[in-house]
Amino acid sequence: MQAFAFHNPASVADAVKAAGTEDAKLIAGGQTLLQTMKLGLIAPSALVDIGAIAELKGVCVSDGQVVIGAGTTHAAVAASDDVKKHIPALAELAGNIGDRQVRNRGTIGGSLANNDPAACYPAAVLALGATIKTDRRTLSAEDFFTGLYSTALAEDEIITSVSFPVPQKAGWQKFKQPASRFSIVGVFVAKFASGVRVAVTGAGASGVFRAAELEARLSANYTAAALAGATVSADALNSDLHGSAAYRAALIPVLAGRALG
Amino acid sequence: MNARQGFIGQSVVRREDTRFLTGVGQYTDDITLPQQSHGVFLRSPHAHARITSLDTTAAAAAPGVLGIFTGEHFKDIGGLPCGWLINNIDGSPMKEPKHPVLAFGKVRYVGDRVALIVAETLEQAKAARDLIEVGYDVLPAVIDIGNITGTGAAVHDEAPDNRCYQWQIGDKDGTDAAFTNAAHVTTLTFRNNRLAPNAIEPRAANASWNASDDSYTLYVANQNPHVERLLMCAFVLGIPEHKMRVVAPDVGGGFGSKIFLYGEETAMVWASKQVRRPIKWVAERSEAFLSDAHGRDHLTTAELALDSQGTFLGFRVNTTANMGAYLSTFASAVPTILYATLLAGQYKTPKISCTVTSVFTNTSPVDAYRGAGRPEATYTVERIVETAAHELGIDPAELRRRNFVTTFPYATPVGLTYDTGDYDATMRRAIELADVAGFPARKAASEAKGMKRGLGYSAYIEACGIAPSAVAGALGARAGLFEAGEVRVHPTGKVTVFTGSHSHGQGHETTFAQVVADKLGIPMEDITIEHGDTGKVLFGMGTYGSRSLAVGGTAIVKALDKVIAKGKKIAAHLLEAADSDIEFEGGVFKVAGTDKSVPFASVSLTAYVPHNFPHDKLEPGLNENAFYDPSNFTYPAGSYICEVEVDPATGVTRIERFTACDDFGNVINPMVVEGQVHGGLAQGIGQALLEHCVYDTESGQLLTGSYMDYAMPRADDMPHFTVETVKGTPCTHNPLGVKGCGEAGAIGSPPAVINAICNAIGVKNLAMPATPHTVWQAMHAAH
Repeated sequence: MQAFAFHNPASVADAVKAAGTEDAKLIAGGQTLLQTMKLGLIAPSALVDIGAIAELKGVCVSDGQVVIGAGTTHAAVAASDDVKKHIPALAELAGNIGDRQVRNRGTIGGSLANNDPAACYPAAVLALGATIKTDRRTLSAEDFFTGLYSTALAEDEIITSVSFPVPQKAGWQKFKQPASRFSIVGVFVAKFASGVRVAVTGAGASGVFRAAELEARLSANYTAAALAGATVSADALNSDLHGSAAYRAALIPVLAGRALG
Repeated sequence: MNARQGFIGQSVVRREDTRFLTGVGQYTDDITLPQQSHGVFLRSPHAHARITSLDTTAAAAAPGVLGIFTGEHFKDIGGLPCGWLINNIDGSPMKEPKHPVLAFGKVRYVGDRVALIVAETLEQAKAARDLIEVGYDVLPAVIDIGNITGTGAAVHDEAPDNRCYQWQIGDKDGTDAAFTNAAHVTTLTFRNNRLAPNAIEPRAANASWNASDDSYTLYVANQNPHVERLLMCAFVLGIPEHKMRVVAPDVGGGFGSKIFLYGEETAMVWASKQVRRPIKWVAERSEAFLSDAHGRDHLTTAELALDSQGTFLGFRVNTTANMGAYLSTFASAVPTILYATLLAGQYKTPKISCTVTSVFTNTSPVDAYRGAGRPEATYTVERIVETAAHELGIDPAELRRRNFVTTFPYATPVGLTYDTGDYDATMRRAIELADVAGFPARKAASEAKGMKRGLGYSAYIEACGIAPSAVAGALGARAGLFEAGEVRVHPTGKVTVFTGSHSHGQGHETTFAQVVADKLGIPMEDITIEHGDTGKVLFGMGTYGSRSLAVGGTAIVKALDKVIAKGKKIAAHLLEAADSDIEFEGGVFKVAGTDKSVPFASVSLTAYVPHNFPHDKLEPGLNENAFYDPSNFTYPAGSYICEVEVDPATGVTRIERFTACDDFGNVINPMVVEGQVHGGLAQGIGQALLEHCVYDTESGQLLTGSYMDYAMPRADDMPHFTVETVKGTPCTHNPLGVKGCGEAGAIGSPPAVINAICNAIGVKNLAMPATPHTVWQAMHAAH
């Protein structure tokens, strides 16, 4: 790893300022960034550590939404009484990310900003129709995710919080890759009065996506039986050592059915 | 514990674990020498390429750099030797292309060593590495052993068809004839998947040269320091053996991968004199994946001929084995001597023949890995036997029973003589422990919830206690395979034992001390087991092939016998009795039939303070050594039963029950044995379900080069194990009656798992590792 400057601003405003300097990288939990630096794949001249900014941390319930500060760790989300009460599937998702060490360092904002195509949080954010608030604007989940490791965020833009509408029911199924234990396929299902949303991570060649046929069937009839015979096209799915596109396609309706609980 | 009760057979807690678990072990990386410098290796990014230019000028001028060494420095120095000569069917020797210390002219696998960079700090060495400019002319690569001539490329000019050798064992014509009369022939083709060894401590070395006497010291994570020294001194660097000390301190696992002489430490030893500084290198995990010798990687077609009653008539096997880019230390022996000789399994198949074609590919060298040939043999035998049983509609346990060897000694058609065993006993006990009788009900319960359930057997045998040197020599070994031990009794009756067996997880410091305590009737606290240092231990052939107790332990017993014999003479003098009247028991020398006695510590004190001593008959001191060369291999055997439940919607396999019933002969420490079986099972189940080294078949890049893609088994991947060591059949030819237990779990388990999954989902064949994706695909292909 090469030498770099290190900034730890106390406020989001200061962090945005520091992040604007050339070649600086924002670091929250550092669970991806540090590995990438250790492997020599990137060598930023400066790191701006937003992990200690108090205004980015914590969970609250406001206007019928669960609002999670971007700097809140996966472990804190998993342990939050508010999350467990209103969206238990989200607490379960957070509690099964990585391992204990990752959950104690990694943050929801960091995970979303990185948008790893096999990360867990993007599925929940998209299925629950969450809104992502940054230092300068508010983005819908649909507008936020733009592709593999790609989001609508500007280089110096900082996610401040994520607001999750409370569903009537929700469920999460993670089918783990045997080595990394990231998702080969992860399916988050959320039922609202307005209908059912199903988001899939791990499988899409362009990252997280919604499964329209499954949503239509489950909106009509929220039972696993409604998914019998449902298919997902393998065309836009990944193939790798751990699973072909056809396998991923077959797993999606199975996991969606199991996510109903 | 009362010494009189004996220590053998007791589950004594491992003494060495305190230092390992409290972080005070001394591994190679913990050893930092005065004036320490650091080395890193530049490795090839290509599977096969000609080196057209190599410019180290900028790197040599970088801050802190002490020296840069390339293949040019080693081009007139010998290659790394292969320790086993295998001959072709026509009697000509195998192809042995030079295995250079550092690549010269060509690189032959991704990870091949191109340069050693030595600097004041690790960071400086790495920074300098980035400044080396290498020009490569990339060549087509040979990767897949199913297609070694397809790209037209030759890994070595000496082997244009990429064949190292084609070797044969058994009566080929007789076996072919057995097939003509068969009522049934079962045929299977399968791969034995390639594995990365993944010891928790990566390879590491710290090499130094001492200017005062022109000698070298090498600390290295290694399983056999004397062999390392012999090979490096005599065959590569030409350093006089007495001018070299090799220390293998605490070593965090080897599984075979640390038997071998590697180019890294060889280059470092040579370079340490050039830079006149000690050089330390510790492999990073990604480097370990690329450059540790891998295991397995066979492609086999096997055919079993049976009569209408299910009696085995003939077994014909054709195997292609991957050697990788160069011949590693024991690579040539693994798919031949350690594989084909085990193809009789536990059965009295009258005719067996096997042809093995070993090939070079542009991949990391392949060599012994826990079990080394015997897991591949067991997989071949036990997959085909189980498949034949299902094809014939005979219960798999029953078919095995009809063919078990039941009289001993038994000479197999493939060169071994089993001294003892009771295969029906372990099979019966395993069936009881696994509650096979309850399986149909459990299967029905699984099916009721939409799941598939299957049962699979494996009845393995292995040849351990490697090896009778004369037999090994006749088969091509270029080394002896005895072991050495020394028992040094100190004046106060405390004892230091020096053994050539190296412990890197096996627990020798406990189990060997149990043997000594039992023999001498003294407390274990009075005994230290020393190993792993050519400066202390008289000689050693090291630890592999489940040989430590059977061979190394026996050498210690023979030295103990000499200590006791001399002690009796001293005691006879002290007690004024005839030598022949002295008995030794419970740490006391006695005149038989009297109450006259003298304790062990008084005898030892007399040996070193010989005021009242039979100087006319004996030398002072009480220090004996012994070398032991076994008269036969040992033959641990057992029956394993695996029961799985498969989710047809996802292909996920869950092992519901795993039963291992082993006959290891006599057991010194049941807890240590059980631990060894658990570890072996984890590796065997890992091979069956999870682990796989995958190279891109065109570029030769290792696709599973980190734990992101190489699935190491974790605790929650494992079932609860039911493990029992039967009161079995003691080995007939070593004094402890022991057979060895270190590899059994890894040898016996993979076919049990695959047999169970095949049984559950109703397919004949299934590739390892049986990942959910693989199982799902097999189910979809079948329906």
